[in-house]
Amino acid sequence: MPQMSMIEAIRDAMDVKMTEDPNVLTFGEDVGFFGGVFRCTAGLQEKHGLHRCFDTPISEGGIVGIAIGMAANGLRPVAEIQFADYIYPGYDQIASEAARLRYRSNGDFIAPLTIRTPVGGGIFGGPTHSQSPEALFTHISGLKTIIPSNPYDAKGLLIAAIESDDPVLFLEPKRLYNGPFDGDHESPSVSWKGHELGEVPSGRYTVELGKARQVTEGSDITIIAYGTMVWVAEAVAKNMGISADILDLRSLMPLDIDAIEASVKKTGRCVILHEATRTSGFGAELMALVHERCFYHLEAPIQRVTGWDTPYPHAQEWAYFPGQKRVTAAVREVLEAA
Amino acid sequence: MAKPRSNQSRLHVPEPPFRPGDSPDYSHISVPTMHTPHRPDPMCDDHETAEHALKLIRVMRFNGDTAGEWIPNLTPDIKRKMLKDMMLTRAMDERMFAMQRQGKMSFYMKSAGEEAVSVGHAQALLDTDMTFPTYRQQGILINRGASMLEMMNQCLSNSGDPLQGKNIPVLYSFKKHGFFSISGNLGTQLIQAVGWAMAEAYKNSDSIASTFTGEGATAEGDFHYALNFASTYRAPCIINVVNNQWAISSFQGIAMGEGESFAARGTGYGLATLRVDGNDALAVYAVTSWAAERARKGGGATVIEHFTYRKEGHSTSDDPSKYRPKNDAEVWPFGDPVKRLKDHLIKLGEWDEDQHTAYEKEAKLFVRETYKQAEALGTVDSGPQVDDFTMFEQVYADPPKLLLEQKEMFKRELG
Repeated sequence: MPQMSMIEAIRDAMDVKMTEDPNVLTFGEDVGFFGGVFRCTAGLQEKHGLHRCFDTPISEGGIVGIAIGMAANGLRPVAEIQFADYIYPGYDQIASEAARLRYRSNGDFIAPLTIRTPVGGGIFGGPTHSQSPEALFTHISGLKTIIPSNPYDAKGLLIAAIESDDPVLFLEPKRLYNGPFDGDHESPSVSWKGHELGEVPSGRYTVELGKARQVTEGSDITIIAYGTMVWVAEAVAKNMGISADILDLRSLMPLDIDAIEASVKKTGRCVILHEATRTSGFGAELMALVHERCFYHLEAPIQRVTGWDTPYPHAQEWAYFPGQKRVTAAVREVLEAA
Repeated sequence: MAKPRSNQSRLHVPEPPFRPGDSPDYSHISVPTMHTPHRPDPMCDDHETAEHALKLIRVMRFNGDTAGEWIPNLTPDIKRKMLKDMMLTRAMDERMFAMQRQGKMSFYMKSAGEEAVSVGHAQALLDTDMTFPTYRQQGILINRGASMLEMMNQCLSNSGDPLQGKNIPVLYSFKKHGFFSISGNLGTQLIQAVGWAMAEAYKNSDSIASTFTGEGATAEGDFHYALNFASTYRAPCIINVVNNQWAISSFQGIAMGEGESFAARGTGYGLATLRVDGNDALAVYAVTSWAAERARKGGGATVIEHFTYRKEGHSTSDDPSKYRPKNDAEVWPFGDPVKRLKDHLIKLGEWDEDQHTAYEKEAKLFVRETYKQAEALGTVDSGPQVDDFTMFEQVYADPPKLLLEQKEMFKRELG
């Protein structure tokens, strides 16, 4: 089976769909000839032509806006926003238009588009290259929000996103583009080469939107994570030698509530992880849902480990990033609570 | 002694020439009678239309004659259809406004004085061309033969509402008539129309897109996006700015209308630009045909400014006498679009006062009868209602579990 990095898996997903379906096309800033600042579209213009993979003006509102018009007209556009930190000028088009078109027209018009954007920190990106704005999108009804943590899922989820008749925001943790990252910045970086989740089938396959991945199965505690934090969770559980039920959500909206409920009812303890800031972050929604559904099974208060309620700093990268130390402390506290 | 400031700037806040209590005098607005500028080839270089953005294309004189290079080649039958469509649009607006006042619906917006813009424009397009309207181009639907009953059902949010009560009155969606779903968020459809047009070009289709904004919403970023992308990708579309002088209570100067013209915005983006007398249905038809031909032949987008006047309040929630003189619309120098086309047809000997009065009655009767049928299907708070459970539908193609659970919660709430 071919070995791919997350970048290659994402590119392959687009290549597969562009080969199979002439209605699929991709565009964004530097996406065309150059192949994207992260190489996610490298070679696509050469292979599929100028009309199917092209550069756009620097205008996020414009990029999302044309994607909506194309999608409503029967195409399957895959638009790229260079960094999630720059998605805000496109927010009106995403929130007021893409997400609401089907509803407000009662199905007369739909917007089957995908917006890909690199997300997350751990790369010394500072305030405008590290943000995790997922909660600003999970709050929008009509929109799907997806975030893979490995090459296999990235390809399968992206193909499913492109095939979805709903608008999908596809968040790509850029810290995971070239290899898994467990939050330990002092150990040498690893690549996806040789990793079992770097084994990516050729051709078309999908990973169902709305289904979590069971990372490890355990009985002591449920750890809910997505994106880079999945790898932090796995490392913490391993180092602590605990029996953890780790869920990689993959899909924030729609949410695999059944998997969450079953796990917490089994373990009675729950820790929620995300890089994004704490207040009104997606973790708050997860905590509320677990509380509503699993209250009588809980043996300890739920904890969440998140980024601080500050803009993402530069020099204080590892003091900000919710790494193994902070996660370990929270897991220990939840495990030890009476 | 205080030193004089070296910076002599003062904050400039534009004000309309007349406020309530003033006697408006629009003699400073020139009404061109020579019917310049000339009609260039639709595939001309965009710079050749730079002067067109500053002048005013007109076809009809006030005496009903036509003049100049832009006279469209239209049969009397088509002209009569345009006149009737405009009259029907006005009749429907009047009825719906009155019904809103009687509490039959929550809200309504008339297009009085702007009927030529929507009807004249639609008449010049193909049925397969998608229009991206604002909330004030209902004449497009009338021209394209949409069911008035369905339109009224939408306004009443009744059991026959094609949108099943999801949207507020007037924010129609009629894909089958090339009329894109209207959004309350201003300007958003401009760039979507460019994307739609890019898709038409991508598919080698013969269709184009046409999009509208009022002059007020040209200040939105989306207007800039649309002009930029339309120019960059030579998208086959028409970008219409309906300059009716007013954005609710703000006169067009607040949208930078004290500049050269709204059409002139297009020049800087390398787009063809035309400025037309929006109360002249034949001129609107002529410029639309020109822009549509340019788009279909690969010449790209055209920006058209339709110079007109919003004769009435912004909506049923607005009282214009609070911010402009009461007789402002009457003294506006470009007249009324219905009367002008009527006078032209009479001059041609293709229409007369009796026919006009008769059709006025016919339209009124048709609207009244149609409204009765609509009201029999319910209003927003009486008669047959939209099923409340439909509010959970069409959020997604497949509703997520958490949404389905909320539907169950609502069921329990009902007991």
